[in-house]
Amino acid sequence: MTFVKTKLKLAQIAAGDTLEVLLTEGEPLENVPRSAREQGYNVLSVEHVEGNVHKVTILK
Amino acid sequence: MAETKKLSLIAFSGDFDKLTAVFTLATGAAAVGYEVNIFFTFWGLDAIKRKKGRSFTGGTFLTKIFGFMMGGLKVTPTSRFNFCGLGPRIFRSLMRKNNVATLEELVEAATALGVNLYACEMAMHVLGLKQSDFIHEVKDTLGVATFLELSEGGRTMFI
Repeated sequence: MTFVKTKLKLAQIAAGDTLEVLLTEGEPLENVPRSAREQGYNVLSVEHVEGNVHKVTILK
Repeated sequence: MAETKKLSLIAFSGDFDKLTAVFTLATGAAAVGYEVNIFFTFWGLDAIKRKKGRSFTGGTFLTKIFGFMMGGLKVTPTSRFNFCGLGPRIFRSLMRKNNVATLEELVEAATALGVNLYACEMAMHVLGLKQSDFIHEVKDTLGVATFLELSEGGRTMFI
């Protein structure tokens, strides 16, 4: 479901824009960057924010 | 692994929890590039009715009563712990609290992701429903033969 929400947001932004997604460790953090890459998006960075929250930056 | 990325779901159940499974699978698959078809039949047709509450949809007296009793997406019961309609409300609040998409949000996401929705022609006849009773995203009304054609080469699940 996290990737579903990410995908819907990616559909709303223009090519060349970036999307920042906050993800918790475990399935969302493993799945979202992998699925984004598989779909042809460029995952620019995965940064630790705090606790178990990470910020993933995706370029459309 | 030359299989087409295609998932076809037969949504037979009109239960809140099972429909949640249908739309979770559908949106998840569509988001990662699958072609997704959902074939709604019998109780499952409740999920795609234009009127989401209870209304007397149907042709004859009997089907209108059925239509009212079956209702739409907002009044779908849970398969267990329904407690006269309290169950789905509890589940909805739990889903919201845990940041999990509710059934209505999942349906919206499915249509936004281009999931193909189809209604079963035979069940519609039995229940006195017309395509105009459904949300406009429903692409077509089908029979078994066309569904088999559509689902060929992918995976099919019955929920």
